[in-house]
Amino acid sequence: MAEIKVVPLGAGQDVGRSCIIVSLGGKNVMLDCGMHMGYNDDRRFPDFTYINRSGTLTEYLDCVIISHFHLDHCGALPYMSEMVGFDGPIYMTQPTKAICPILLEDYRKITVDRKGEQNFFTSEMIKNCMKKVVPVNLHQTVQVDDELEIKAYYAGHVLGAAMFRITVGSQSVVYTGDYNMTPDRHLGAAWIDKCRPDLLITESTYATTIRDSKRCRERDFLKKVHDCVDKGGKVLIPVFALGRAQELCILLETYWDRMNLKVPIYFSLGLTEKANHYYKLFITWTNQKIRKTFVQRNMFEFKHIKAFDRSYIDNPGAMVVFATPGMLHAGLSLQIFKKWCTSENNMVIMPGYCVAGTVGHKILNGVRRLELENRQTVDVKLSVQYMSFSAHADAKGIMQLIQQCEPKNVMLVHGEAGKMEFLKKKIFQEFGTECTMPANGETVTIATSADIPVEASVNLLKREMSSGAGEGRSPDPKKPKLMHAALVMQGAEMQLLDADQAMNELGLEEHQLRFTSTVVIEYPGEVEQTVDRIYQYVKGKLKDFPVQMSADQSITVADSVLIKVSGDDDEAEKGVLVSWSYQDEDIGSYLLKLLKMGIPST
Amino acid sequence: MKLYCLSHAARHPCFILKFKTVTLMLDCGLDYSSLLHFLPLSLVQSSRWSDLPKWKPKEYKGPYKLEGELRECAGRVFVDSVPEFNVPKITLVDLSEVDVILVSNSHAMLALPYVTEYSGFKGVVYATEPTLQAGRQFMEELVQYIDRCPKVNHASVWKQPEVIKCLPPPLKDAIQPLSWKQCYSLHDVNASLSKVHMVNFNEKLDILGALCVTPLSSGWCIGGCNWLIQSAHEKICYVAGSSTLTTFSKPVDHTALKNADLIILSQLTQTPHVNPDSMIGEFCLNAALTVKKGGNVLVPVYPAGVTYDLFECLSVHMESCGLAGVPMYFISPVADSSLAYSNIFAEWLSDSKQSKVYLPEPPFPHAELISAGRLRHYPSIHGDFSKDFKTPCVVFTGHPSLRFGDVVHFIEMWGKTSANAIIFTEPDFYYLDALAPYQPLAMKVLCCPIDTSLNFSQTNKLIKDLKPQHFVISETYTRPPPLYPHRTDLVVDPDLQVMTYKPGEVLTLPIRRKFEQINIDPELAGSLMPIEVRPGVSVAMVTGSLVTRDNQHTLKPLQTSGLKRKLETSSDRKRRSYFWGALDVQEFVDKLNKEGLTDVKVEDSAEGHIVHLPNEDTLIQLEEGSTHIICEGNEGLRVKLKDILLQCLNRL
Repeated sequence: MAEIKVVPLGAGQDVGRSCIIVSLGGKNVMLDCGMHMGYNDDRRFPDFTYINRSGTLTEYLDCVIISHFHLDHCGALPYMSEMVGFDGPIYMTQPTKAICPILLEDYRKITVDRKGEQNFFTSEMIKNCMKKVVPVNLHQTVQVDDELEIKAYYAGHVLGAAMFRITVGSQSVVYTGDYNMTPDRHLGAAWIDKCRPDLLITESTYATTIRDSKRCRERDFLKKVHDCVDKGGKVLIPVFALGRAQELCILLETYWDRMNLKVPIYFSLGLTEKANHYYKLFITWTNQKIRKTFVQRNMFEFKHIKAFDRSYIDNPGAMVVFATPGMLHAGLSLQIFKKWCTSENNMVIMPGYCVAGTVGHKILNGVRRLELENRQTVDVKLSVQYMSFSAHADAKGIMQLIQQCEPKNVMLVHGEAGKMEFLKKKIFQEFGTECTMPANGETVTIATSADIPVEASVNLLKREMSSGAGEGRSPDPKKPKLMHAALVMQGAEMQLLDADQAMNELGLEEHQLRFTSTVVIEYPGEVEQTVDRIYQYVKGKLKDFPVQMSADQSITVADSVLIKVSGDDDEAEKGVLVSWSYQDEDIGSYLLKLLKMGIPST
Repeated sequence: MKLYCLSHAARHPCFILKFKTVTLMLDCGLDYSSLLHFLPLSLVQSSRWSDLPKWKPKEYKGPYKLEGELRECAGRVFVDSVPEFNVPKITLVDLSEVDVILVSNSHAMLALPYVTEYSGFKGVVYATEPTLQAGRQFMEELVQYIDRCPKVNHASVWKQPEVIKCLPPPLKDAIQPLSWKQCYSLHDVNASLSKVHMVNFNEKLDILGALCVTPLSSGWCIGGCNWLIQSAHEKICYVAGSSTLTTFSKPVDHTALKNADLIILSQLTQTPHVNPDSMIGEFCLNAALTVKKGGNVLVPVYPAGVTYDLFECLSVHMESCGLAGVPMYFISPVADSSLAYSNIFAEWLSDSKQSKVYLPEPPFPHAELISAGRLRHYPSIHGDFSKDFKTPCVVFTGHPSLRFGDVVHFIEMWGKTSANAIIFTEPDFYYLDALAPYQPLAMKVLCCPIDTSLNFSQTNKLIKDLKPQHFVISETYTRPPPLYPHRTDLVVDPDLQVMTYKPGEVLTLPIRRKFEQINIDPELAGSLMPIEVRPGVSVAMVTGSLVTRDNQHTLKPLQTSGLKRKLETSSDRKRRSYFWGALDVQEFVDKLNKEGLTDVKVEDSAEGHIVHLPNEDTLIQLEEGSTHIICEGNEGLRVKLKDILLQCLNRL
C-alpha cells in the first residue's frame, strides 16, 4: 500500500513560519517557507536541518511552492534558498512573484537596518532567490518533472493567493495556504474542483469562529471610525501594505464620499501607490465586480486617501492613518501607536490576527501597560478595537472547502491546537473523514489506495457494455455490467483482453474437458416418448438455460450438455447418456443426479 | 472518428470533430468576405452612395423585382442593403448534440452567437480570458458599427438563383448568399458569451469523462491557443493561428504537439508572399513620410491584436523622425476596454512584456503613450474627438472591410486629397476590393499586410518536427494562392501524406481505437492471482462488475447479490477457469494410483492415449488439447477423476 508522509516544520498547531514537507510517490515538496513574527531568534525560521543536517537542500527537495506573499508564508525563502541552499524550482503565482520581493526587502530593512541584526539575508540574496521562481497561472497544470504535477486554485485571501494541488501518479495532496470562502470588497471567494485528493492540508486560523455577516462588521467599523473622528480623535489602523489595507481603503473611500467627510485619511507607506498599482495590473485576480467595472473606474485610484508623512504624527485634530506593519511589532505603526496610545480620545483598530509576542497581541489581550525597549513602560489609554477583517475561512468556510474537494483525509495546520481539536471532531462527525493535526516536527503517514489503470480492449469493452441489451432495448448504462476477462501483465503494461483472445495471443491452448456418464431409467414406451418426456422435464427444471431438442432426438442444454436416450421401444429400461464439458460442470452433474432419481410420469 | 468541415474559408475555421462519444466543435469563425459585395454604411448623411445609378441585369426577364437592390459604382455592382455574413454551414449538424466548443482565438469565434443561440445548443464553450474579452470587443464593435447606421432595405431578390446567374462578377460568384445572415444583436452576443467558460493555458479539462482537452499557447495573439484533444490512447492536435514569431504574446508551445495521431491545421498566413517584419517597417516609413509632408494617415484596423504592435512600432519610429508631436487617434466603440484589458493580461504575454509588471509598469507602451497624450482614444468621431482633432495625424479605426465604422467617414473626408494616405495592414480583405465602392479616389493607397501566423515553409518545418501520424489541412493550402498562381513554393507540402478537405466535406479519420483505459478497484486487483505463463508474462482471470460513471469505467469486485445471481445463471459463469498445457500421462496414472485406483491400463490411440479402468467400467480418452471421461453413473468416481485430472493441468 502506498503512503504519503507529511511533516510540518512550521505552522504545526501554530500560526507562523508556515513550512510543510510533503513526500509522495518518491517526491518531496516544500509547501511555503515562512517566518514567525513572534520570535527574533532562531525560532523565527523553520528548522531546515530537519531535512539535511548540513549542506544544501537541492537534492532533498523536488520543488518549493509558495501559497501567497504574507511573510509568515514566504519570509524564510531567501534564507532557505540562498543561505541554506536550494537551487530547484520555486513556484508561485504572478502577483505573489511581483509583491513578495518587496515585502521581503521591507522585512530585511526592519531587521537589519533598524534592529541592527547581522547574518541576515541581503537584498542581493532576495534578488537571486526570485530568479529561481517559476510563475504559475491558475488552473494551469505545471509539470515539475515527468511525474510531479502541480495545479493552482484561487484562494481569495490576498491578491495572488493560491491553493495548490500536488499530484504524483494516482496520489494527490491539496494545500490551501490561507484562503477565504466569502468574497470581499476586492477579492473573490476561494474555489476548488471536486478533485478528491488523498489529503487536504488546510489552514485553521478561525477553526472555531463563525463570523457574522460581513455587512454588519463593515458598518460597525465605519461607525467606530466616524464616532472617533467626530470627537476629534485619531484613528490608527495597523495593516500590512497589501491586502486588507486595500479593502479597508475602498470601504473608507466610499464612506467618505457618501458622508462628505473632510477628515484626512493617510496611508503610511511610499509603497501605497506602488501597491495600488499592482492591484491595477492584476485586476484579473480581484473580484467579479471590480473586474467588470475597471474599464470605467478603477477602484484602486483613491480620491480621499493621501500619503502620510512622519511629521503628521504630532498634527492636531482628527485623522485616520493606515500604517504598517499590521501587528504593531515594529516600524511606523508601532511608532505612531506609542505617541497616540496615551490619549483616551484616540483609537486603534486591529483589523487582523496578531501573533503571540507582538504588541498587537498584547493590547488585544487587555494589557494596558506595555514594556518597551530600554525598560521604559507606557500606559495604554486609547480605545483598542478588534475587527476581524482577516480574510481567512471560518469554520463554516473550512467545512465548505472540504465538501468542495472531497478529500480522503484532512490535516489541520496554521491554527491553535485547542481550536483544531474542536474542528477535527466536527469534520469527523460531518464527513467521517479522518483528520490529523501534527505539531512541528511530527510526521504523519497516510496510507493511500488507488484504482489501478489498465488498458482494456475496445472490442471487449464494447461487447460488455452492450450486454444486457435485448430486442430493441439499449442497455441501461447505469447498471453495472458483469465483466470477465484476462488481465495480461507484461512488464509495466497491463492489458485487459477477452479470455479467448488472450489465450490465443499468448499461444496457450485451452484443454477441453468432457464427461460422459450413462444412467439407466425405467420408462416404458417408445424411445421417442422418453426423449420427449425428458425434454419437458429438464426444461421445467432449468428455466434459466436454453434447452433444445434436435431432429436426431438428442437434447442439448446450455452450450455443451447433450442428452441421448438409447434402448428399445418395447423395453422399459432405457439408457440415458449425459455428456458435458467442464464449463457446464454444474449443469451436467445436476442433470445426472436428477435423471438418476428417475423421471416422474405425467 | 469523423471531421465535418463547416467553414467556407480556412481563415475562419469551424469544424465538428466526433471522437468517442463526444461531439466537439473546433472554432466558430465568421467569414466576412461577403461584406465586400455591399455598399458602405455611412455614419454621416452622404449622397455619395444614394446617388449611385441603380443597376438591373439586362438578361433577366423573370418575375422578381430588384427594386433598386443593386447599384453601380466605378464599373462594379454592389448590393444596397444591410450587410450580411456568410456563417459556417451549421445546418450540416445538429447543434443540440454539440458537447463543447473549443475556441482558439478571438478571430475564430465571431460566429458564436449564430451557433449557441436559438439553435438548441446545450454545451459549454471553452476559451481563454483574453480570447473571450477580445472576442467580445470584436463582436460589440461589429454590432455597434452596424446599429449606428440603421438601413431600411433588406435586399434578398438578387440572391435568387435565376437572378444571381445574370449578375456580373464578382457578385455572380458570391458563395451561397441565400444562407447569409444579418449581424446578431448585442443581446445575442451577451447570451452567447455567457456560455463561455474561461480556461488557462495548460489547464487540463475533462470532457464528459471521455476526453481531456488542453489549451496550449499558439503565440499568435494574446491568449491564442492550440488545442490538445486526448483520450488515454489517442492524441489529436488542433492547431489554429499559430505564430513562431515573437511579438507580444506568450511564445508558441509546440513540444506538447509532438507525436500526435492527427494534426488538424488551420488559419495559416494569408500573406505568404511577404514578411510581416518588413511590412511593419514599411508601414512605419510610409506613415511617417505622409505625415512629414502634411498629410494624414488612415489605418483601418481591428480593435485589438496587431493594432498594439502598430502603436508601439509607429510611436518609436515617429519619435526617431522627430514627429513625436503628431497625434495618433484610436477610434472604436471598444477602444477603452481594448486598451485597458491589454494591460491586465500580463500572464499571457511574452517574458519581456511580463517582466514589466514586476516593476510595476503596464506591459504595453501604449499606456505610457496615452498618459503622455500621444495616443488618444475615442468611442467615435462624434463628441470629444471633433474638439480635440488636430491634423496632420494618424487615425486607427475600423472596420477593415471599409463597409461600416468610422473609417467610412475618414475616407470620404480625406479621399479627395492626394497628400493623405490609407495604409492597409489587416490581411482579411483584398485592398482593391475593399476600396472599390470609393473609387475614384485621390488619396495614396498603400498595402502593408501584416499576418504573423504560420507561413508555408514554417508549416512544413513544423510538421516535420511534430511528426504526426496523420495530417489534415484545407485543400486551398496545397496549391499556390489564387493571386500568385506561379508561386509553387507557397504550398504546404510536408514529407507526409496529407488529408485535405473542402468546405462542407466530412472526413473519416483513419484512427482506429484498440484500447481504452479502465480502472481496476484495488480490492479486486489484490484478489487476483496472476500466473506466469511465459517468463515475464503473467495472466490473471478477472471477473468483476464493470461500473461506468461519467464515461469512466471501473472494474469492481462483485458485490451486489443481483450480479452474483447473474453470474451463476448467465453463460459467463462457466468461463471462470481455463485449463491449458500438455497432460503428462504418466503423472496422471501415478496420481490415480495414489488415490487408490490401481487397476489402470494405458493404451496408445491414434490421437493420444486411452486410460482404461476396467473395474470401474470407465474410459478416459487423452488427446492433445482435450480429455474425455466416459463412465457409468458413478458420480463419486467421476468427480474424483476430474479433480485428479485438473491437478495435472495449468489453470488460469
